Amino acid sequence: MLTCRVIPCLDVDNGRVVKGVRFQGLRDAGDPVELSMAYEAQGADELVMLDVSATPQGRGNALVTVAAVRAELAIPLTVGGGVRRVEDAGALLEAGADKVAANTAAVERPELLSQIANRYGSQCAVVAIDAARRLEGKEGWEVVVHSGKDRTGKDAVAWAREAVARGAGEILLTSWDRDGTRSGYDTDLLAAVSQAVHVPVIASGGAANAEHLIAALKAGADAVLAASIFHEREFTVGDIKHAMAAAGIPVRLDDTAPRG
Amino acid sequence: MSTPREVVVCRTGTANLASVFAGLRRAGGTPRMAETVADIENAGHVMLPGVGSFGHAMETLREAGMVAPLVARFAAGRPTMAICVGLQLLCLSSEESPGVEGLGVIEADVFRFPENVRVPQFGWNHVTANTDCRLIASGHAYFANSYRLAERPSGWAVAIAEHGGTFVAAMERGALVACQFHPELSGAYGHALLSRWIATPC
Repeated sequence: MLTCRVIPCLDVDNGRVVKGVRFQGLRDAGDPVELSMAYEAQGADELVMLDVSATPQGRGNALVTVAAVRAELAIPLTVGGGVRRVEDAGALLEAGADKVAANTAAVERPELLSQIANRYGSQCAVVAIDAARRLEGKEGWEVVVHSGKDRTGKDAVAWAREAVARGAGEILLTSWDRDGTRSGYDTDLLAAVSQAVHVPVIASGGAANAEHLIAALKAGADAVLAASIFHEREFTVGDIKHAMAAAGIPVRLDDTAPRG
Repeated sequence: MSTPREVVVCRTGTANLASVFAGLRRAGGTPRMAETVADIENAGHVMLPGVGSFGHAMETLREAGMVAPLVARFAAGRPTMAICVGLQLLCLSSEESPGVEGLGVIEADVFRFPENVRVPQFGWNHVTANTDCRLIASGHAYFANSYRLAERPSGWAVAIAEHGGTFVAAMERGALVACQFHPELSGAYGHALLSRWIATPC
């Protein structure tokens, strides 16, 4: 039986892992290779690395970071941030990413997803969707871009469907209302999107404890992503997975012994 | 760790091979790309990785003249490992690319997962190895696939998993191994399998 995945997320700026509410008040949280190996040893099922570098030089360093992590890491690695052209995706895959996530550029130019899927396969093409509840009491969620700075008016559920039709093989779904709030994932959003598409949905934004992750999976997510709860060492990945198992969620608990 | 062993990797598509190379290195192998047909004929160990679609991978193999030497390796039982689409290429055909002939080492066809489960299958699924498996163990392995072999092939020791019904997670015959999962992404479980296969005599 397919298990539910727990995915630590590393925000990387200029070769270092940073933490904080994304893009604001970033603080150094460590070396990407050391942290990646620690999470693999704790039982992480996969890793996501988001390049939050603001400069071209920082972006160049991201490829070096991906290659360094890849040489050691024996679980899947998804890389996002700054994927604007199919060539950017190719460079990340060549450096050692297994999947690439496109966000703002895919909203602006949806054919980017088809291009990545056609050239490298849907199994490499992840669409990262940042969604926020509509304002003024309106129903539903709209897509936000440029790290949450711009509301597009585009319906998030419809965009998820379109992205899959264009070749996205997975959705990394972040609630912009919940991200950094520690108040739990937006389970209504997760239920709406996971019912609308047949590809896996990764929940992101708002996790503070195991109960939040369990609620996201029960709402329909296939995997749960979290950053600060792991970086702050409040919980290990193993702690979370044991709590999930106790709640009846299928998880991988064996096979996580160190490689010898 | 034993002396590093060369593993010749066959080109099957356009996607990157960084994870496969890294996994082989960690398991004590020295990977390099196959440049010629003779590389496949002479190599001690050959890896047929799974990237891209069934049709595109078969076209790549045909254009490079790799079909006959690969089939010969399987017929002779020389150490060869196929991963993901690599396993599917061993079959007669795949629903993914209608009309394209596979290597035909396995007399069966590959079909898409049913509609009632998430496709692609992304994640760690439990693999149950039959008692006659020598290299493949039971445990959790990482899968990333939309198509699978549902029939158990005869003449092979088989490991199975469940996703919309039973499918072939991996199979082995002597030093021949084919896995639907990605050993290079399957942590300690995959590392152990790669290490055991690389250690098979050639």
